[in-house]
This record gives sequence, C-alpha cells and structure tokens, in this order.
Amino acid sequence: MNNLSKEQQKYLLCQRKHKRIVRISRILILLSFLFLWEFTANVGIIDSFIFSSPSKIALCFWSMVLDKSIFLHIGITLYETIISFFLVIAISVLVAVALWFSVRLSEILDPYLVVLNSLPKSALAPLLIVWLGATKTTIIVAGMSVAVFGSILSLYTSFTTVDPGKVKLIYTLQGKKYQALTKVVLPSSVPAIISNMKVNIGLCLVGVIIGEFLAARNGLGYLIIYSSQVFKMDWLLMSIVLLCIMATALYSLINLLEKWCLHRF
Amino acid sequence: MEQVLELKNIHYAYHNLEGETPALSDISFALGKGEFVAIVGPSGCGKSTLLSIIAGLLVPEKGLIKINGKYLRESTTNVGYMLQHDELFEWRTVYNNVILGLEVQHMLTARTREKAHELLDFYGLKQFERARPSELSGGMRQRAALIRTLVLDPDLLLLDEPFSALDYQTRLNVGDDIGQIIRKEKKSAILVTHDLSEAISLADRVIVLSGRPATIRQTIPLIFDPPQETPLARRNAPEFKTYFNLIWKELNTDE
Repeated sequence: MNNLSKEQQKYLLCQRKHKRIVRISRILILLSFLFLWEFTANVGIIDSFIFSSPSKIALCFWSMVLDKSIFLHIGITLYETIISFFLVIAISVLVAVALWFSVRLSEILDPYLVVLNSLPKSALAPLLIVWLGATKTTIIVAGMSVAVFGSILSLYTSFTTVDPGKVKLIYTLQGKKYQALTKVVLPSSVPAIISNMKVNIGLCLVGVIIGEFLAARNGLGYLIIYSSQVFKMDWLLMSIVLLCIMATALYSLINLLEKWCLHRF
Repeated sequence: MEQVLELKNIHYAYHNLEGETPALSDISFALGKGEFVAIVGPSGCGKSTLLSIIAGLLVPEKGLIKINGKYLRESTTNVGYMLQHDELFEWRTVYNNVILGLEVQHMLTARTREKAHELLDFYGLKQFERARPSELSGGMRQRAALIRTLVLDPDLLLLDEPFSALDYQTRLNVGDDIGQIIRKEKKSAILVTHDLSEAISLADRVIVLSGRPATIRQTIPLIFDPPQETPLARRNAPEFKTYFNLIWKELNTDE
C-alpha cells in the first residue's frame, strides 16, 4: 500500500475525513436532542408530564423489562407484522404471476385493483373488526390490506417490463410460457421483489398498528392508544421509540437479504 | 441436394385495430443441407418476421413450411435461433447460460453437459465458464450465445442480425469467427442482415427482398473462383465488389 501516489493518499484522507464528519454529526444531533429534552424537562421549561423525558422513558422501559410485560407487547406486534408481511409477499407474487399468465385476466381485474389500491385502508379496519372480531386475525388482515394491492400492482408491472428479447429467447429455445416465467421473469424480477419487500414491511407495520389501535388487548399499538387515554406519556413515547427501532431492524434485515441476493445472482 | 428447409407461398400480415400491415407476400425458397443463405432487404421489410415463422414463433396465414421433409408442426428438428442481442442472463454463469436450452428442453444429461464443456473449451471460453456474462467482451458474449444454440445440435440455424449490436471492428471479427464456426460444424444457416458486405462474405447465396410487403426480388448465388477459405479473404477477392454492386443495385431499383 506504500506505492500510492501523494494525490491518491490525499484523496483517501479527504474521503475518510468526510465519513468521520458525517458519523460524528449524526451522533451529536441525537445526543444534543436527548440532552436538550432532558434538560428542559428537568428545569421546567417544558412540562415533563406532557412531554416526558429521556430518563423517564428509560426508567419506564426498564420497569417493563423487569415485569416482562414489554416483551409481550413487542412480540405480539412483531409477530403480527411478520405474518402479514409474508402473506402479502406470497399472495402478491402468486396473483402477479396469474395476471402475467393471462393478459385477459389482468385487463378484467385492472379497475378493481386500482380502486382497492387507492382506497384508504384504515377505513376497512372497523369493518374487519365487525366481520372477524377483535382478534389477531383482524390485525393481521388489517396489516395485509394496507400493502397487498399496491404490491400486486407493482410486481405485475415489473413482470411485464421484463426484457422482451430475453422472453423471446426462451421461445426460440422451444420453451413454454411456464419456462419463460421460471427462467426469465422471476429471476430478473428478484431486485423488484426485494424493493417491493422494503416498501411492504413498512406498510404492514402501519396496518398492524392501525389494527391494534382499534382491536387489541396487547401490542405496541394498543400501548400507544391506552397510554394516551390515561395520560401515561412515558409509555406512549417509549412505544414510539420502540416502533422506530423495530421498523429500522426489519428494514435492515431486508437490506441483508438484498446483499445476499446480489452476491448470489 | 438434400433439402433441410422448404418454404412455399408464405403470406403473413400483422393485425391491429387500425388495420392490417402485410409483411410477407408469396415467399418461396428452399435451403440445401449445409448451405448458408443470406437474406437482405430494406429495413422493416419483414426479414425478422420470416425467421420467426421458420422458427415456429409465428404461424403464417398462407403457405407451408417443411423442415427435413416434415411439416413444421410435426417436425421434431431442432431449429437454432440467434437473436440480435446475445440475451445472456446476468444471473447465470456463462456455463449455466450455455446449458439454458438443454434445461428448457429437458435434455440435461451427463453427455450433453460434457458437450457444453467441450464446445466452451474448443471455442476458447473454458476459463470463463464460471464468469458472469458482464465479464466477457462483446465478441465472446456472441460466441457464448452461439454455443448456447449449437449445444442443442440444430439442423438449421437462423441468425437474426446477430452482429448488428457490436461495434464495427468487433463485428468484422465476430462475423468471421462465427461464420467459420458454422462452416466447421457443417450447419445449414439463414442469415438475415442489412449489411451487404456481411452477407457476401459469409453466404453461398443471397436472397434480395423487396420493401413491405416483402417478396423475393432476386436470388444471387455467390461463386468465388478460386473458392476463398475465410470471410475475410472473400472481402479481398475481386468478385466481392462485383457482387456488392449487383446486390446494391438490386436493392435500390424501384419497382
């Protein structure tokens, strides 16, 4: 590494400096935000009953860790999100494949999909409660309903925009439509499927939280609604922080999957 | 001479809501075993349509096609088709791209795998078997695409402007290269191109098509005396210019 030219070394140094500044600034923003919050709450500039404070949130979290109730809430929300996420992926891939197979079917169903996709799905949640009861099923279906229609549409679009030359190649090799699907359409849509997953995991979480607002006895969404009703702002803010962490963690998992796929394909 | 392919009175038209566009009109010709025919014509005249019909991707509205003496529908003969772009799949290695056709036709056996390895070795791609297509040069990619076709052992090769996406220098080299491979493997081939010099340097016979709807305007046998060994040598032969002018004139006469 000693044979790098002076200019190259200078460039590398510059790049490293830039990265360091970015990293330090990020941490500084977080720390100063936490500090300001804690400080103003302590000296009484803001009302800590309404705005809570980082230390109160941490204490609240710790006490719920000790009585183990927090694991139940996180676990339930995580479970419902992951189940609805996988169902959304499975259903939307299957439906998009069916639409791809039959142009006629896709033309027939197109207006229905567009309407269902643009409908605000939170409007469905009360309906689901009446139909399915205040159960986990309702919440999982609510989570799915937010993501599934958009997911079908975007997957179908990516299926139909696959390079026609590559599809033609399969037919010139005397392949059938099924082989065009398995050899060309699905493999070349892997990046689209993964970016679709990234959108869906967030949307499923939205749907699950909406569902929990209305029809749950536990879960982070329930915790948020309950604590706002009884003015336990420590709980409420803690739940939001936990949701942030959960969303980030789920997103990073899919990022890992993407890296693995890039490596393989 | 034994006939590999016979076309009789082929008609084809494209349809849409605005109306119909006739593409081919009364096309008849035959191809002998081991013969290399080039088809030239103005762009958009229906040359590619003709290949798609021979490959069975499109069904002609009138006329009949026989391959090795059997009607196209009943024929089990393998027809190899080389497209304008190599269409190698980036998510597969070069070797896995080459065996794609075998996979699609459920012909993957130890013997055919061995053949794929042999062809890759013979045509200088052995060390790239595990590479991704993006690591190959334009010429090597086209060669890999040809091997993907050859490994199916086709009796008839259809080449749809397979060199047109390459830059000029690569194009000359790959054209020569692939021309010689096809000669060496003794394949019958039909080359569709708009590049006259490519047609003359590679083929035994040039079929000149008219503008849309395409009809056969003339068939010109190419005879080099003495016979030239390689496409590049043909380009330097005195007959080359004569044929070039002849076909050029034929293409440009008004009907």
